[in-house]
Amino acid sequence: MQSSAPVVSVPEGTQAPKFAAHFATLDVQNHAARLGMWLFLSTEILLFAGLFVCYGFYRFNFPEAFAEGSRHLDLFLGTVNTIVLITSSFTAAMAVHYAKASKNKMVTLMIALTLLMALGFLVIKGFEYHHKFEQGTLPGKYYHFAGIQVPGITLYFTVYFLSTGLHAFHVIIGMGILAWVMSRSMKNHFNYANFTAVELGSMYWHLVDLVWIFLFPMLYLI
Amino acid sequence: MSLPVTGSTSPEAVAAHEGAHGDAHGEHAHPSYLTDGTTIKSWLLTVDHKRIGVMFLFFVLLFFLVGGIYALLVRIELLTPGPTIMDAMAYNRAFTLHGVVMVFLFMIPAIPAVFGNFMLPLMVGAKDVAFPRLNLLSLYIFLTGASLAIWGMLHGGADTGWTFYTPYSTQTTTTLAPILFGVFITGFSSIVTGLNFIVTVHTMRAPGITWFKLPLFVWAIYATSIIQVLATPVIGLLLLLVIGENVFNFGMFDPARGGDPVLFQHLFWFYSHPAVYIMVLPTFGVMSEIVSAFSRKNIFGYRAVAYSSIGIAFVGFFAWGHHMFVSGQSTFDGAIFSVLSMLVGVFTAIKVFNWVGTVYRGAVDFKTPFAYFCGFIYFTVFGGMTGIAVATMSLDVSWHDTYFVVAHFHFIMVGGTVMGFLAALHYWFPKMFGKTYHDGWGLVSAALIILGFNFTFIPQFLLGNSGMPRRYYEYPARFQALHVASTAGATVLALGLVIVAIYLIHSLVAGKRAAANPWNSKGYEWMTASPPPTHNFVGPQPVYPEEPHFYVDPKKAEAPDAV
Repeated sequence: MQSSAPVVSVPEGTQAPKFAAHFATLDVQNHAARLGMWLFLSTEILLFAGLFVCYGFYRFNFPEAFAEGSRHLDLFLGTVNTIVLITSSFTAAMAVHYAKASKNKMVTLMIALTLLMALGFLVIKGFEYHHKFEQGTLPGKYYHFAGIQVPGITLYFTVYFLSTGLHAFHVIIGMGILAWVMSRSMKNHFNYANFTAVELGSMYWHLVDLVWIFLFPMLYLI
Repeated sequence: MSLPVTGSTSPEAVAAHEGAHGDAHGEHAHPSYLTDGTTIKSWLLTVDHKRIGVMFLFFVLLFFLVGGIYALLVRIELLTPGPTIMDAMAYNRAFTLHGVVMVFLFMIPAIPAVFGNFMLPLMVGAKDVAFPRLNLLSLYIFLTGASLAIWGMLHGGADTGWTFYTPYSTQTTTTLAPILFGVFITGFSSIVTGLNFIVTVHTMRAPGITWFKLPLFVWAIYATSIIQVLATPVIGLLLLLVIGENVFNFGMFDPARGGDPVLFQHLFWFYSHPAVYIMVLPTFGVMSEIVSAFSRKNIFGYRAVAYSSIGIAFVGFFAWGHHMFVSGQSTFDGAIFSVLSMLVGVFTAIKVFNWVGTVYRGAVDFKTPFAYFCGFIYFTVFGGMTGIAVATMSLDVSWHDTYFVVAHFHFIMVGGTVMGFLAALHYWFPKMFGKTYHDGWGLVSAALIILGFNFTFIPQFLLGNSGMPRRYYEYPARFQALHVASTAGATVLALGLVIVAIYLIHSLVAGKRAAANPWNSKGYEWMTASPPPTHNFVGPQPVYPEEPHFYVDPKKAEAPDAV
């Protein structure tokens, strides 16, 4: 019968998973949540894929401008940011690990570390943006940097600002999601039977990380 | 009835049980979804997929009305070669509004958001979709986007046509940004709806419903959802880029800065060509249900029909380049896209042959939904054949951007979607509202609509073939006769739709109570009361022993009667 909610015994002080009666079992409900998240992440990847197509197309049309443009990015700050973000992905994964072990305090700590690194990422990104605003390496008609004057250079900075901007927007959304997960772990909600929220939040954060892992070599290295 | 009852779990038995139940204990025992809470709040905050479907129906019909009125205004304007009722700018805005409203606010949500929402959970034996609150959210996202787009069109308006082609759309002085952003937002609604359906089909099928016992409507909606989830993000990004171009002059599609407008076309048609199948695939699903229900025969080639929906969804992603035969892409690319586009015709033909095979030697019950099926077969074959023609590069170079293409896509998209929408509305009306309508009026209006449709668009094929470009405000006098014929046809079409509106509203208010299964359908959605109770099924969960289209062979059905 569909309507019979399974009884789950959970460690004291933590919360039994919320079960919606329209699912057959709790397992099915968790499966549905995970499948939904995977589908959503595939839409996010396709959203960025459109930008990657633009990048590839204009890089092919203006190889010199793109080479010149990437040399004018701050490779040091970019590398630091990459390390920060990969590390934050690790702590997000550890949060899932501790949620499964019913250790809510460790979940809170891990997500707090993740959020701290996310904030660090944005601050560093802010410094990079600030530098470009001062220098005038801006997209489209706002470009007024005298240093590089190759045809197509404004396109490089259009792609740069659009893709890093869209990525930064996703970082902010991800921080919001993780903050919500953390507010629940602070209330001692999670345990081995109830960790889907941590898992999904962490999955979203891995996507944010993954997109950056593509953006970094595309924009800074090659 | 001559249909044998195979056991207590057959659809008839369950439906009869529900019906008797309702009559014996009155409405209060298990109120239908319509009467379970009647406050406005109980509707606006509902998570019931059926109520959400009905609310979508209301808004989709509203947008159909708006888009239709603008279609008539455009047709009236074209009655004479020069200015008739509006100036050139108003004309540009009118056809843009017609296109945007019809494509993004009517055809894309029409069948998935209304009938998919209402029927899909019933058809898989589920109590609701997988994420009910997300489902409600998708309605409000849709309304937010639609309001923004319409607000933008009333304050300033766009004159770009619904395709927003660059570089014109980056330079136009009309206010395009709110419209683009509105369409961007409605895209989220489309994604959420599709995501919800995919997860529902994967995780919520009742015991006994295997993948190959799914009704074909569910298969079609599933294939549609795949397109919605995978294609919509790309146009979402593209619309953001065009907003960036239009408002901030980013230069991505501006040749003066090295940008390339053809890149816009690639990204635009990567969504908008598959989107054509978002519009027609659900119709294919509706028609698969209707053709077997009204021929009283099991669908011919169930698996072929199911797989060809997935096939169309797949091939649909590789056909976009046929919109760019004259954009300067290489002849080789054009040839590849030409062949890939024709593959869609192969999969569609599989379906058409199976439908015709189903009707063959069936005991046809010629009710209103079946009349729409007949119109649909005609539009699909005619529109599909002209589709093969315009997919042929050498021919398309001559027809490109003429009324021939306009007529082709109206035949397949509008003919397909409107036939499917009306057929679904007439087929499921008793299930959704528990009321019957007058079948005679249904047949009359269906005849008027199909006839009017032909008179609207066949002249446009002729216009296009003799060189009349699309979207032109003025034209040489020699085209006038055909334009007048087209406008006359549009008037008949509109009259037919007005009759539909009148008798359906009348039956909502004063119609007779419908039986639980008025068409004696075998579809799973008929195994519950009409209108269904809030949680879809009352009492023990139905068991699904048969295939969804398991209609008794009419020849064999005679036998028990004779005994």
